[in-house]
Amino acid sequence: MRPVYVVSGGVSKFAKARPDRTFQAIVKEAYDYAIQDIGLDFPTFTRAVDGSVASYFSDHFARQLMAAIMAQDYLGLCPKPSHRVEGGGATGGLCLQEAWKSIASGHMDVCVAYGFETMSHVETWKGNEFIALASDVSWDYPVGGFYSGYYAMMVTRHMKEYGTTVEQMAHVSVKNHINAYHNPYAQKRNRYSIADVRAAPMVAWPLTRLDICVMSDGAAATILASDDGLRRLQAAGASLPQPLVKLTGIGRGTDAMRMADRPHFDFETFMAEYATEQERGSDETRRYYQKLWDHGTRYPGVHSFRAGRTAGNMAYKHAGITDPLKELDFVELHDAYTSSEIQTYEDLGLCRYGEGGPFAASGKAFMPGIDYGLKLPDKPVCPVNPSGGLIACGHPVGATGLMQGVFALWQLQGTVGKHFGDETLQLKQPRRGAIHSHAGTGTYVTVSILEREAQP
Amino acid sequence: MTALPDQRPESLGGYVVHGVPFPLETDPEALAFLKRMAPLQIEQPYQITYLHSYGQDSPWFAAVSNRRLLANRDPSSGYTYANPRGHDMFSGAETEWIDITDRKASVHAFTVCHFGSEEFLPECPFVLALIEYEGVNTLFLTRLMGLDPQAAALDWIGMRVRPRFLRNSKLKPTDVYFVPADSPEA
Repeated sequence: MRPVYVVSGGVSKFAKARPDRTFQAIVKEAYDYAIQDIGLDFPTFTRAVDGSVASYFSDHFARQLMAAIMAQDYLGLCPKPSHRVEGGGATGGLCLQEAWKSIASGHMDVCVAYGFETMSHVETWKGNEFIALASDVSWDYPVGGFYSGYYAMMVTRHMKEYGTTVEQMAHVSVKNHINAYHNPYAQKRNRYSIADVRAAPMVAWPLTRLDICVMSDGAAATILASDDGLRRLQAAGASLPQPLVKLTGIGRGTDAMRMADRPHFDFETFMAEYATEQERGSDETRRYYQKLWDHGTRYPGVHSFRAGRTAGNMAYKHAGITDPLKELDFVELHDAYTSSEIQTYEDLGLCRYGEGGPFAASGKAFMPGIDYGLKLPDKPVCPVNPSGGLIACGHPVGATGLMQGVFALWQLQGTVGKHFGDETLQLKQPRRGAIHSHAGTGTYVTVSILEREAQP
Repeated sequence: MTALPDQRPESLGGYVVHGVPFPLETDPEALAFLKRMAPLQIEQPYQITYLHSYGQDSPWFAAVSNRRLLANRDPSSGYTYANPRGHDMFSGAETEWIDITDRKASVHAFTVCHFGSEEFLPECPFVLALIEYEGVNTLFLTRLMGLDPQAAALDWIGMRVRPRFLRNSKLKPTDVYFVPADSPEA
């Protein structure tokens, strides 16, 4: 496989509704931004790019089959090769990885990944119905199809198993909303307190409206290139920001559509097949897990995402990461729910299973230099969702995973201030970050590692 | 051969609107002004009736309409699925049917939905629960009745429950629901 660079990116302003533009024109906003950011004009980039990968989640929301080819056409990319990727909430993450494959395999030297979703064309509760159609329509949907309900069931089990609290979950909401206060692309830019989160209307016990992301209209685009692709772009007049950023690891995992069907593995199976390298190497952690299993924990059940753990382990191995909390400078993860951010801390090995709640309230995942109005016992170690995540930025499904890629790129380039008009969310010289895209109740999960090249 | 009429028939109603504001003359200044025009939005109804087959899972629905709960089991390992599954996920072998109606059951996880998808909004608040059966390896998603939705508490997890069946089967998984085991018989 060849090295793959993430060269540029763009994001449309995520909004509850964008009736002023068709989806193709919203994609073009993100696409044009990515092109202009490397100093190229539209026709020059069109000549330089080999092809694309497109992503959108729902034909129901689009009310249009093959919508991706309409975006391809609008972007002037016909007749170059392209295909649409779909995998629920992980659609954007899958799209980025498919573009990575196109470059890494040698099939393309310059590839653009773009994604979108327009969710405002139906009322909110009809939108929830569409999303719930991404659960088994024979067995899950007819019982009361509602994703917030599915995630609430998972977290009641997490609370029962591990003692996770609603206040720990609310820490995630406070953090991500306040981070997004400094992100002009975010849909929600509000300061909330723990009390605000708990006092918000109850949606699915114990998740309130502020524990849950919103639906959005939006698009994102990223440009990927090989070494030859970089040379081609430069020859065409592109000004490539230094240091360059590479995509150094990808991982994916899957699990059963019906979360009721997930296995409940024993301790030995967990340690042999799912424990992180770090967990396997620690006698203390082995004893910790043995104690959990002695008390009845089984894996993954409905409290954990083995697809996320599988994707993380695979991406870490690919990128040579053994201690993710120390070796990652930030993570942009799929916080569709505050509870799923906590579950994902554990899946990604930022802490051990069962420790996600205390980790959320520790301060380790918060940004340095921001006053959250909270007493946090620990200093930031690995900020999670510095952009504000899905909870505050919004979740136009097919664009979300690509949005994470763009925000991670800007962090690693050190260009957050330029793009946001605000330096607050720029970490000091981050070297490596992870992005995590997640579908369904944990059915498809992708993890990708982005890394800044060492300065010469 | 008869030619088609040279005018399409006009009608009132539907999405016909009258007098959409538009410049009287399409001079360059007026055309440039169109860039500032607000978007037009119309409604597009979409309704479809599907013929949905339960395929190899059909006996489960026949059973539940006769007040029995079935499960599928791998004949070699005994691994048992609360939701029907024609083939085992580990061996790939075809599963067999077993009757689990009278097995002990308890709440594994739950939530109270105060909002829901459009189809279920009129039923809010309702309780969703994942049920674990004794000797069954996977869970079963269902509605839990007989509890106060305003009094949700984690100690509902582990509560012993038993199935109750709709008298008038709809051939849906909601033909069965669960109630606390100490609830009086219907």
